[in-house]
Amino acid sequence: MYGNAYVENPAATNSLTANENPIKLAEFEARIAAGDKIEPNDWMPAEYKKQLIRMIEQHAHSEIIGALPEGTWITRAPGFRRKLALMAKVQDEVGHGQLLYSAAETLGKSREDMTNDLINGKSKYSNVFNYPAKTWADSAVIAWLIDAGAIVNQLANSKGSYGPYCRALDRICAEESFHLKYGHDNVVFLATGTPKQREMVQDALNRWWEPIMHFFGPPDKMSVHTEVLMRWKVKMGTNDDMRQTFLDMYVPKIWDLGLTLPDENLKKNDETGKWEYTEPNWEVFKQVINGNGPCNKERLAVRRTAEEKGRWVRNAILRKDAKYVTPLA
Amino acid sequence: MKILSLDPRVTRENIDVETRDGELQPLEHFETYEVFEQRKRGTHHVHVGNVHAPSHELAMVFAKEQYTRRGQCVNLWVVRTSDVFVTEYMDSDIFETTASKKYREPDSYKVIDRINAFKAREAAKNA
Ligand SMILES: [Fe+2]
Ligand SMILES: [Fe+2]
Repeated sequence: MYGNAYVENPAATNSLTANENPIKLAEFEARIAAGDKIEPNDWMPAEYKKQLIRMIEQHAHSEIIGALPEGTWITRAPGFRRKLALMAKVQDEVGHGQLLYSAAETLGKSREDMTNDLINGKSKYSNVFNYPAKTWADSAVIAWLIDAGAIVNQLANSKGSYGPYCRALDRICAEESFHLKYGHDNVVFLATGTPKQREMVQDALNRWWEPIMHFFGPPDKMSVHTEVLMRWKVKMGTNDDMRQTFLDMYVPKIWDLGLTLPDENLKKNDETGKWEYTEPNWEVFKQVINGNGPCNKERLAVRRTAEEKGRWVRNAILRKDAKYVTPLA
Repeated sequence: MKILSLDPRVTRENIDVETRDGELQPLEHFETYEVFEQRKRGTHHVHVGNVHAPSHELAMVFAKEQYTRRGQCVNLWVVRTSDVFVTEYMDSDIFETTASKKYREPDSYKVIDRINAFKAREAAKNA
């Protein structure tokens, strides 16, 4: 899953490529403009590599950490079929993490280094997973709407320029359609159920709306320079574009169920064809992404503990003469 | 401080929030194996990705779990990445065929114009 990458380091566009060989840079950009893919050992600008590693790594961490809030309800899923489906979904997400770590590794950062940066709080992951899944209805809203947001983003990125990332995303998108259907089914079941069930799903929606609006990242007018990343097909749409696509596809489906969203200003402007809304509180977003959300500490401690407790098993089966080679593709 | 989670499995683990012992050593997640999948008898095996594993046997287990979760597969191969010998994209000009070797390509043999011209001449003769 996961929203637009949180691009940091607001360097000016021209300084990003100042030290690159102009001939190689022109060839590289021509290849991308022609719709060709870049493969692991191709020449690439340092900034392209850096931003791709950051983005794919964040995406991978989000899949892994995202399994935690959703996994919260496995032990208490209402009914055996839903329990099986939720386990399958969570396992898919962990699998997505593996595929994405491999794609990032082709750029030269090892999986161990990425994991260390995650558990030491150096790398980011999608801010939504720092919120608790308080009830079963939360897990339904996550599976439907967070996955929906992720799909908008992943479909766009699968048309990007880096071959290994595109291939991973193709496999991932193929699995996401089940997640979306499963989540929608759960939300519909609650929304068309007893007053208590409706109340549960409405409450979950109210709590998750702000994180969902945050999911696509800060508005374009607040974001750092992304033109060069768009030209290199690292970023495939602006944060606002992705948010608009999501609102257009899902707000009508939510209203259809007689559910409401906690934003009085949310409506589609028929003249512009764009959705209007109250900006979510971006100060809260900054706080959460920088470690102060309700669950950041728990998520990372759980992740660290998984590595710590698995270590004796890994050490027992480690091949002593193993040598590291970057994965091929 | 121990974590009191909404997830009972996490609470049961009795995890300290400040735990710092996760840090990984290089290669602790093992080396990689490249995975090839055959979807149907009679078709080629196709490269689908890789897995981290300590041995061929476990690579096979992980490959099955990672790459054959949906749809069909009749056969899997895993190969240690370090055993694969590859060309460089930089050198991809080695695959270019020179114009002088056109005679090896099927599309350099075009006879239909000649046949049609022959037929037209014959028809004119007999008219
Ligand atoms: Fe996913
Ligand atoms: Fe998903």
